[in-house]
Amino acid sequence: MASLNDYLLVSGLLFASGLFGVVLRRNIIIVFMCLELMLSAANLSLVAFSRFNTVNGLPDYNGQMLVFFVITVAAAEVAVGLAIIVALYRARQTIHTDELTSLKG
Amino acid sequence: MNLPWILLFLPLVVAAVCQLVLRKSAIVPLVATASAVATLVISFLLLGKTGTSAFDWATIGEFHLRIGIQLDRLSTGMMIVVTGVGALVHIFSLAYMKDDEGKARYFTGLAFFMFSMTGIVLADNFIMTFIFWELVGFSSYLLIGHWYQKESAADAAKKAFLCNRVGDFGFMIGILMLWGITGTLTFGDMQIPAAVSTATLSAAVLCIFCGAVGKSAQLPLHVWLPDAMEGPTPVSALIHAATMVAAGVYMLFRVQTSLGFEVFEELQASTVIAWTGGITSLLAALMATQQDDIKRVLAYSTLSQLGYMVMAVGFVHGEAGMFHLFTHAWFKALLFLGSGAVIYACHHEQDIWKMGGLRKKMPITTIAFGAGCLALIAVPGTSGFFSKELILDAAHEAGSPLFWIAAFVAVLTPFYMTRLFVVAFLGKPRSENAGHAHEVGPLMWVPLALLAVLAIFSGYSFINPLSPALPHHAGEFHLNLVAIVSLAALVIGVGTGWILYAGKDKDPVTIPLFRNRFYIDGIYDNFIVRYFQDALVAIVHFFDELVINGLMVGGLSRGAASFGNLFRKVQSGELQGYAFACGLGAILVIYFMVFL
Amino acid sequence: MPSYLFWLFATVMLIGGAAVIAFRNPVSSALSVVTCFVGLAGLFIGLSAFFVGVIQILVYTGAVMVLFLFIIMLLDLKDEEKRAKGIAPLAAGVGLVIAFVVQLIGVLSRTPNKSAPALNQETLAAAAGHFPVGEKIATSLTAGRLPDVQLIGHTLFTQYNLPLQILGVLLLVATIGVVALSKKQAE
Repeated sequence: MASLNDYLLVSGLLFASGLFGVVLRRNIIIVFMCLELMLSAANLSLVAFSRFNTVNGLPDYNGQMLVFFVITVAAAEVAVGLAIIVALYRARQTIHTDELTSLKG
Repeated sequence: MNLPWILLFLPLVVAAVCQLVLRKSAIVPLVATASAVATLVISFLLLGKTGTSAFDWATIGEFHLRIGIQLDRLSTGMMIVVTGVGALVHIFSLAYMKDDEGKARYFTGLAFFMFSMTGIVLADNFIMTFIFWELVGFSSYLLIGHWYQKESAADAAKKAFLCNRVGDFGFMIGILMLWGITGTLTFGDMQIPAAVSTATLSAAVLCIFCGAVGKSAQLPLHVWLPDAMEGPTPVSALIHAATMVAAGVYMLFRVQTSLGFEVFEELQASTVIAWTGGITSLLAALMATQQDDIKRVLAYSTLSQLGYMVMAVGFVHGEAGMFHLFTHAWFKALLFLGSGAVIYACHHEQDIWKMGGLRKKMPITTIAFGAGCLALIAVPGTSGFFSKELILDAAHEAGSPLFWIAAFVAVLTPFYMTRLFVVAFLGKPRSENAGHAHEVGPLMWVPLALLAVLAIFSGYSFINPLSPALPHHAGEFHLNLVAIVSLAALVIGVGTGWILYAGKDKDPVTIPLFRNRFYIDGIYDNFIVRYFQDALVAIVHFFDELVINGLMVGGLSRGAASFGNLFRKVQSGELQGYAFACGLGAILVIYFMVFL
Repeated sequence: MPSYLFWLFATVMLIGGAAVIAFRNPVSSALSVVTCFVGLAGLFIGLSAFFVGVIQILVYTGAVMVLFLFIIMLLDLKDEEKRAKGIAPLAAGVGLVIAFVVQLIGVLSRTPNKSAPALNQETLAAAAGHFPVGEKIATSLTAGRLPDVQLIGHTLFTQYNLPLQILGVLLLVATIGVVALSKKQAE
């Protein structure tokens, strides 16, 4: 049976790969996917904490509640984010971040 | 004691309402005039009242700054002069300034001036005098610069203000010295401790005299008064002939009565004051003989008469000076308003050589102006005769050589006034404007007529209750040396003037020294202004440019801009950059929170 | 869950995560995300979080990733020619990730490890006493089964009722927002 640190390590590695993708990739959709990976990595930690901290002999469901909310909010975020990306693509004909630098000071 | 407070603050309220509420409304002149007439009425009600009333304006520890009113013969009499001339000038201005664009501003300024002047007259302590002294200077600045679009007017206003500031600086030191000596600022409580040396007291009085030198335009600060003639003529009549310039004499006399006449007689300062007055009166009279501008002649004549008054104060006969101030106020206001009527009729022509023949065109003005002239040149029977006689008496009594200087001025005065009257009013018109002149309307000639009556009769004993000081022998006449000298001077002056100028079309005498005002203005411009003021300006400019502009203002803005530019570079606009910064921040936070 | 299953799912998940970054084609990346999430769901189920595991499959892999694929195909994206321009982003990303992993290992090596508490018939039956007798949760627990969905529902509708309502509003706002965004583009 895997220990808590195993789960946290795996979760951290997933988060790291997500972060790496966000910094490295230029396709904004893939950046977005990497963000989802990072969210999911956090979810894994939460579920692991829930399982490893029992309350009255049962897993701590407060942790899973947070996961539930994160998934729901992430779904909403994806919907809005993708809509924005589509709008952006229509306006600029690109979704490559290095071509979207109008915030340059 | 409510009435004096109303008298003091009514003009302020009117000025404030005019400036803040009515603004450019057409009723401003009427409101201001009504207020001036109301103050005249109050002044009459206050005649003969005595007493004081005060409140603390500011308290610093044990020290109280008071706004207080002192009513006595001096202040109530002076109020008659101020409000009397003021009301007539207001009425005259209704017509004179009828077509002026800035007349609302003008009348607001007049109301404010009335407030300031009332404050000086009623003040019962030095601090209040000083406050209102400055306010008078300020309102005078506003009114001289009324036509500020004209560069000469703006310059004249600035000049008047600066000259006054020079005097006021001495005045302030004098006030502080006197405060140190007597321990009080209130006129009524002043006692000179026995331990104080006359030299110290002399120094204090001389410093205070500096204030009077500035305000009453004595040498060497007289240069602003002739230039102040750039203001509207009624203003010249009110401020630069009858009231404000007399404030110096009034204040000196106030100090003289507070400190006591005996104290003054001991002081060296009195001699200095007398000589300053005498020399001013002589030089001003000499300058007046060669001026072509009708208002400038009158301005120098005012200087000369103020010199007389100051001289009287210096001889410790301040009551004679005040009496002359009282009579002079009426006839000089009359002369100025008369010249205003002439200028108005001649379409703003001020050169007397371009007038002439006005006697037939403007009979009422001519008669009134003539009455003023008679009073000024001290024809026996007119008010000016009685008051000037008293000053000459005082000079003679003191046995000073100044008597002969004063007597010579008494020759010059009839001379230049005869010149002025003969050239401007008699003969034939010498320009188109003078040819088309016609009599002014009743709003103008009624004040002139009233002032003419006062000019003749204000020296008589039945008017005396109005005057701020009543010397002994006022209105009496004894045939003695003084009277003979003064009559001779009158005859000589008028005679020479008539012989030289009757029927002439241009000035037969040219004395460049007098015409150019002894080059005093030139000296000021070329030496003081160039070497002193310009150097100061250069220093200030350097300081302003480098320190204020360069370091403080510019430095701050440049600092902010370069700081901003630094951070602009951080804003690459690249998403990955931001994500990297965000991740780096998170890692740093973890590092600091967990590992440190 | 036996240890080898944990490592299996973890490996699947991490390979999926790495593949997301590695693939140039967005469609491949999206499918890698799906793989990653399947592995993740396996881990969830291994942690006895059956409900979360199921919605991870249903919502993420089923709905969200399909949406991603849909958008990718709608935009008809080409392969990226290069993943990153120049060495700088790569170096920055690698540096960042190494720093993160070092920190992670540092933290984990300092914290005391913990093995999973037992979750068997006895503990579950003991926990049944905290719930009303005769109801489904208590019955299941007494029978030695973990009524995961019922327990989540119970927590959600008792302790987290207000956040749930707010979440509903959020979803509504998101829906309207998406409609507004799309509509504006149509004009």
